Amino acid sequence: MKLVRWISGTIVLLAIIILIIVLPFRSMFFAQDSGHIGFIGRVVYILILSSVLILFRVLKGPTAADRIVAIDIFGILIVGLCAVLGIATGRSWYIDIGIAWGLQSFIGTLALAKYLEGRSFDD
Amino acid sequence: MKSRILMFVFAFAVWCILCWVPDTQHLIAGAVVALIVAAIMGSMFVTRPHMLFNPIRVFYFLFWYIPIFIWELVKANFDVAYRVIHPSMPIKPGIVRLKTELKSDTGLTFLANSITLTPGTLTVDINKDDGILYIHWINVVGSDPETTFREIGSRFEPMLKKIFEEDVVK
Amino acid sequence: MIDIIGMVFIGTGLAFDVLGCLGLVRLPDVYNRLQAATKCVTLGTCSILFGTFLMAGGFTPTGFKALIAIVFLVLASPVAAHAISRGAHRAGIKLWDKSVVDSYAEDKEGEK
Repeated sequence: MKLVRWISGTIVLLAIIILIIVLPFRSMFFAQDSGHIGFIGRVVYILILSSVLILFRVLKGPTAADRIVAIDIFGILIVGLCAVLGIATGRSWYIDIGIAWGLQSFIGTLALAKYLEGRSFDD
Repeated sequence: MKSRILMFVFAFAVWCILCWVPDTQHLIAGAVVALIVAAIMGSMFVTRPHMLFNPIRVFYFLFWYIPIFIWELVKANFDVAYRVIHPSMPIKPGIVRLKTELKSDTGLTFLANSITLTPGTLTVDINKDDGILYIHWINVVGSDPETTFREIGSRFEPMLKKIFEEDVVK
Repeated sequence: MIDIIGMVFIGTGLAFDVLGCLGLVRLPDVYNRLQAATKCVTLGTCSILFGTFLMAGGFTPTGFKALIAIVFLVLASPVAAHAISRGAHRAGIKLWDKSVVDSYAEDKEGEK
């Protein structure tokens, strides 16, 4: 059973990595694609790969604390994603979105941690 | 009052950087918002303003604490990455006590944050009255006070004591 | 040239991000996961932001905002990790079976 899990996980990871390497040469396999994706596109694909790993923990997590950890980390990843989109498009307000998202996720994490501890929001 | 003025200056500077290059409208709106923020939350920004203007402390903080902190942060990341990649996961976790002599809030906060971002350690709780930090350690070497101080505390505590404390009485 | 240095920073940050998320999946209990994820993802994202600062051409609006985001992340993420771990311990979530010591639980027993 453990072997099956290892093998399936390895296949998924390898498939995504190969996809990232092959993407620039996509026009050889799919006729209608332009094939240009560049550095930023690959960065976004890798960030999506790591958020898939985080979503696995959100779904499986045996306790509530695991899910809160995963959500907190997800918020930090999105700051990085916003920064990368900011250089890709050349518009600086993407990083504003990132900073605001980070602040919101930080406050949300603190509130969830207090809920976990069993205290009210007053103290 | 000093703390409120500092808070106003800080909030206004951050606003100006966020809407670079500022024009008149931005400056007026920023001043109003910074005034409101300083009026509401200003009293909890810095408790001892005279510490912030001491050039020796600022110099130590910028050129002694921050380089060591960044170096330890990079080391911590390679350590954790090694433990994650290794097939058999060489971890031996546990929660240990660390005795500290820092008393001020700022010093304790910086100590806890530095410990969280350095190799294999994570602050779980602080008991301020007894000066004890509870630390989750991913690779426990020993749980007696001397070992924990040598392995965890000795990197940052003397430095932070020099930066944030030393003449609390004065 | 400076674009290439920025790309190197972004690539390093991505590697640390993926490793941190892998740690979130592999490690056995909440506290270990918190350690791996907080450290690796914080430094990874800071590295991505610094690469953004370099690739955006230094002190332009994007670069300034990226620097502010770095300072904010380094200050905020240890505090969030500390709050979660303390909440988890108070909520009674056990450490891993093979843990060595738990002084915090001993001291809390003594208080009650």
